[in-house]
Amino acid sequence: MKDHDISRRGALSCLAWGGAGLLWTMAGGVPTASVLAAGGDKAKTAGSFSFVQMSDTHIGFNKEANPDTVGTTRAAIDLINASASDAALVLHTGDITHLSRAGEFDTAAELLKGLKPTELHLVPGEHDVLDTSKSAFFDRYGAPSKGKGYYSFDHQGVHFIALINVLDFQAGGQGRLGAAQLEWLEDDLKGRSASQPIVIFTHIPLWSLYDKWGWSTDDWPQAMSYLKRFGSVTALNGHIHQVVQKVEGNVSYFTAASTSYPQPKAGEADGPGPMTVPADKLRAALGIRRIETLPLKISDSSLA
Amino acid sequence: MNRFLIIAALLLPTLAHAAAPVQVVIKSFAFGPETVRVTAGTTVTWVNKDIEPHTVVSNDKTFQSEALDTDETFSFTFDKPGSYGYFCSIHPHMIGKVEVTAK
Repeated sequence: MKDHDISRRGALSCLAWGGAGLLWTMAGGVPTASVLAAGGDKAKTAGSFSFVQMSDTHIGFNKEANPDTVGTTRAAIDLINASASDAALVLHTGDITHLSRAGEFDTAAELLKGLKPTELHLVPGEHDVLDTSKSAFFDRYGAPSKGKGYYSFDHQGVHFIALINVLDFQAGGQGRLGAAQLEWLEDDLKGRSASQPIVIFTHIPLWSLYDKWGWSTDDWPQAMSYLKRFGSVTALNGHIHQVVQKVEGNVSYFTAASTSYPQPKAGEADGPGPMTVPADKLRAALGIRRIETLPLKISDSSLA
Repeated sequence: MNRFLIIAALLLPTLAHAAAPVQVVIKSFAFGPETVRVTAGTTVTWVNKDIEPHTVVSNDKTFQSEALDTDETFSFTFDKPGSYGYFCSIHPHMIGKVEVTAK
């Protein structure tokens, strides 16, 4: 399995700016033959597919930075339906609502029904679990994880892992996965072929992006240590409402734009939080992401 | 008996005002001032001036607010001396402390 070392070294082959947004083309994936092997006898079809990431819809937020989050979410869904209707699935990386209120979740659910790709996977952001019982999110979206918030699934040989890092917060800390989830993750990966591509998604970054503003997860090093042996790992998150990328060894990290309001760049304001831009510039600061597998290709498109 | 009640009624407001209420402002993802020093019996009120919700939760769960949206407040009266560390349970890097001394 020396192939993996080669693909790891040649991770980043091309970076180009596209008209609609940011276009990344990477040769960091894994040879198709290996993927077939990775899927084993369970692999139904060979070949590539695409999926979509949307994030931070913040339904219920209505202040100056965006008085119409329903409108911008609808615009994001229209863009997905127009440019990625063939996507196999959609990942929503959290902060579906602003205040975890039932009415906000209802509105969000109605909007998300409009997605042409019908397979939807969600992880909550801290805004989705503000209620003491956390039932607002888990009653609606807790089934795949049996109420735990973390689960995994396979699609055409790619292994997707949803993790939750917005519960179990400790004073002075960052996002947190916790011991039980880490144990589950280690177990979930055990016995998997190192050539199977992994997509891992959370709300808060699984790396230390900017601790001073809480843009990190305390126990990310342990989680990522379980992924070291895999040839291709893609880590997707929301939370910071802007596109930031980092490639480190076998792992490509991509934080996503929001569909609600932008936030300042790390350290470029007194603190994080909604940033007001001129109304005619708002949609250029919002966006969705399309991801193609084999080879991995990431395209961020603004709503403008 | 009646006279006793009147005296008690006159004393109560005096006692209630013994410690002036203290306010902590939540702004730019920080508690200001980060540490407040009060005497026992003081009520501390937190007001959220961010356009982001925050909470006020003591490390040992002695007090715990709901999520406070913009301009919403949370109050807690500190009857017992001690050091009360607290944080925002949705942005845990935000921390503060209330130091309570005996009257």
